[in-house]
Parts: sequence; C-alpha cells; structure tokens
Amino acid sequence: MSDPSQEWPLWEVFVRGKGGLSHRHVGSVHAADAQMALAHARDTYTRRMEGVSLWVLPSAEITASDPGEADALFAPAEDKVYRHPTFYTIPDHIKHI
Amino acid sequence: MMNSLSRKDWMPEAYRKTLVRQMSQHAHSEIVGMLPEGNWITRAPNLRRKAILLAKVQDEGGHGLYLYAAAETLGTSRDEMIEALHSGKAKYSTIFNYPTLTWADIGAIGWLVDGAAIMNQVPLQRTSYGPYARAMVRICKEESFHQRQGYEIMMHLAAGAAEQKRMAQDALNRWWQPSLMMFGPPDDQSPNTEQSMRWRIKRDTNDALRQKFVDITVPQAEAIGLTVPDPELKWNEARGSYDFGAVDWEEFKAVVKGQGPVAKERMAARVKAWEEGAWVRDAARAHAAKRAAAKQAAE
Repeated sequence: MSDPSQEWPLWEVFVRGKGGLSHRHVGSVHAADAQMALAHARDTYTRRMEGVSLWVLPSAEITASDPGEADALFAPAEDKVYRHPTFYTIPDHIKHI
Repeated sequence: MMNSLSRKDWMPEAYRKTLVRQMSQHAHSEIVGMLPEGNWITRAPNLRRKAILLAKVQDEGGHGLYLYAAAETLGTSRDEMIEALHSGKAKYSTIFNYPTLTWADIGAIGWLVDGAAIMNQVPLQRTSYGPYARAMVRICKEESFHQRQGYEIMMHLAAGAAEQKRMAQDALNRWWQPSLMMFGPPDDQSPNTEQSMRWRIKRDTNDALRQKFVDITVPQAEAIGLTVPDPELKWNEARGSYDFGAVDWEEFKAVVKGQGPVAKERMAARVKAWEEGAWVRDAARAHAAKRAAAKQAAE
C-alpha cells in the first residue's frame, strides 16, 4: 500500500482570482489524469468563489532552481543598484521625473 | 542548476519529523472529524440545516486535503500517512472518539469543537513552516462559518420547547470536558510543547489557549441561558479570567490510547472506505494509462 508508484500522481493547482489577474499557485491534488485533477482542484480549492479559472499541471513537469544555489543565482542582482531609479540624484526643482 | 520540485531547502531532521507528525495528525483529525457529523446528514431537521451540514462536512474533507498536500512537501507520501492512521501509529484528535447522540450534538460540535479548533489554529497561521501556515490561513477563513452555524443551532434549541432546551444543555454537558481536552495535556506534562515553541511551530502553550477558550465561551453559554457544567467555574476579578475545575486527564490518556467510546467504530469506518474505494483508484489509474497509450499511438 505504501508503494508510491501506486498513488495517483501529484498535480500543482493554480487559480485565477478574477479576470485580469494572473493565475496563482494555491496547492496540489492527487489525480489519475488531467481531467480528474481539474475536478479535484475545483472541489478542493474553489468552494467559495475563489476563482474564475483553474490550471493544473503535473508536479513532476516543474523544473525548479536549486535552493542551495540561491545565493549564486540571485546575489549579482544585489550590487547592481543602478538598476533602481532611486540611485540617481535629481534636484528637487526638476518636476515630473 | 536544474532541479525537480522535490529538492527542498535544508531543515533539521527533527524539525521535519515534528512537522510531519503534527501536520499529518491534524489532517487525520479533519478526515475522521467528518464521521461524527456525517452521522446526522440524513437526519438533519430541515433542508436548510442539511445543506449547511453537507457544506461543513465537505469543508472538513477539504481541510484534510490541504494539510495532507502540505505535509507531502516534506517528503512523506499520502499512502504512508494513511497507512499510519489505519495501523494506529498516527493519532488524531481524541474528540472524534465521542459519539453524536442527538441533533444538539451537531450544534455543540460546531460551537465548542470548531471553536476550540479555531483557537488552536489561529496562531498556526504564523507557524514557521510556510506550506503549513498557508494551509492554516485557508482553514481559519472557513472554520468561522462552522462555529457560527453550531452556535445558531444551540441558540434555536435553547430558545425552543423545554425538551429542546434540555437537549442543548445535555449536549453542552457531554462536550464541555472533551472540548477542554482538545488543547492537549497541561503545559508541565506536554512532551512536545517546549521544543515546538522554540522552533516556532507552536506559538502558544496548551494552558494559555485553554484559558482563552473558557473566557470566551462561558459568556456565550450564558447569553443563551445554558450552564457550563463545572461547579468550580468562577470569575476571578484579579486575574481577569475564569477559574475552572480540573480536567479529567485520566480519561484523556485513555482516549488517546484508543479507549474512546467509538474509537474502534471510527477506524473501522475509515479502513472500510479505503478498502472499498481501492477498485476505483485502480480503475482510474488503468483508464488514464489506456488513454495515454492511445494518445501516444495516434501521434
């Protein structure tokens, strides 16, 4: 019974709160196929009008960055302060900039 | 740099194990908690109450699923957790091993049991493990309806005929002590509290939450003319809190050990549902495999 290959695969669930917003990750469900994953996502995550659209995708299909490499990946952005508008000093009397 | 989702941030092994234990127990409690209330769905007094109870029991199932999914992010599988529940290795809340004898019990459960659960759960929205905290935010949002519908049932019974009021009082009498036990053993006898507080998995002690529950619930009982069944209950002006009688911890220990009045019945119902559903799980898997193969052949 604890053979994980016997479990229905895991799907990640994304809900669009309302038209114009992007889909956001809300959790996951087990399901045998995509159609069942949608049905389970609907019952589990949208019982109170939480959304107008659902996405499901197999968890195994997601490629993620390595948490152990987060420093190397994201640190270089930190010392490029000139990418932020506050890096530039503009005199007060110059308006609309 | 490429990775699957299963590769996780580092955490101490003991922290991971504590979380799996607490989250899976919490999930099991939601799922087993569907049984005592499910018992009354077909006998709800009217269509309004029936629709409400159906929605509540469905919510409990949903809460169990949020929590199982959150626990699975720690590397345990759904099947492992279910097996641990069925074999008795994993615990669930002792409260669900008491029977629901009358319709008033459905009111008392919503008011007291869900009320105590909310008190336990609100601080868990700030617990240190993100997926657990996020599941708790969703759960707390939904629990509030559970408690209010329960109190409304009690309110109506208490304002009804003498026999209805007696029924409400009887339910309060039977559910009061088990509700106090829901906060767990006293702080000086709680084996996990200190470490869990240090790890910020738990944010308040059992005794602190129990006191808060008593202080909030007593006036709610008085407001509808019901009496909390505790002769030692007394307002303590100096503390700004109620003093209350000792909880029967011997009974608590017995129920934890599986000696609750309907403990065997509850587990038998869970195992039966799991086993009788096996062919559905197998069939769905076989159907998905067949469809995938046909699709591949067509390409």
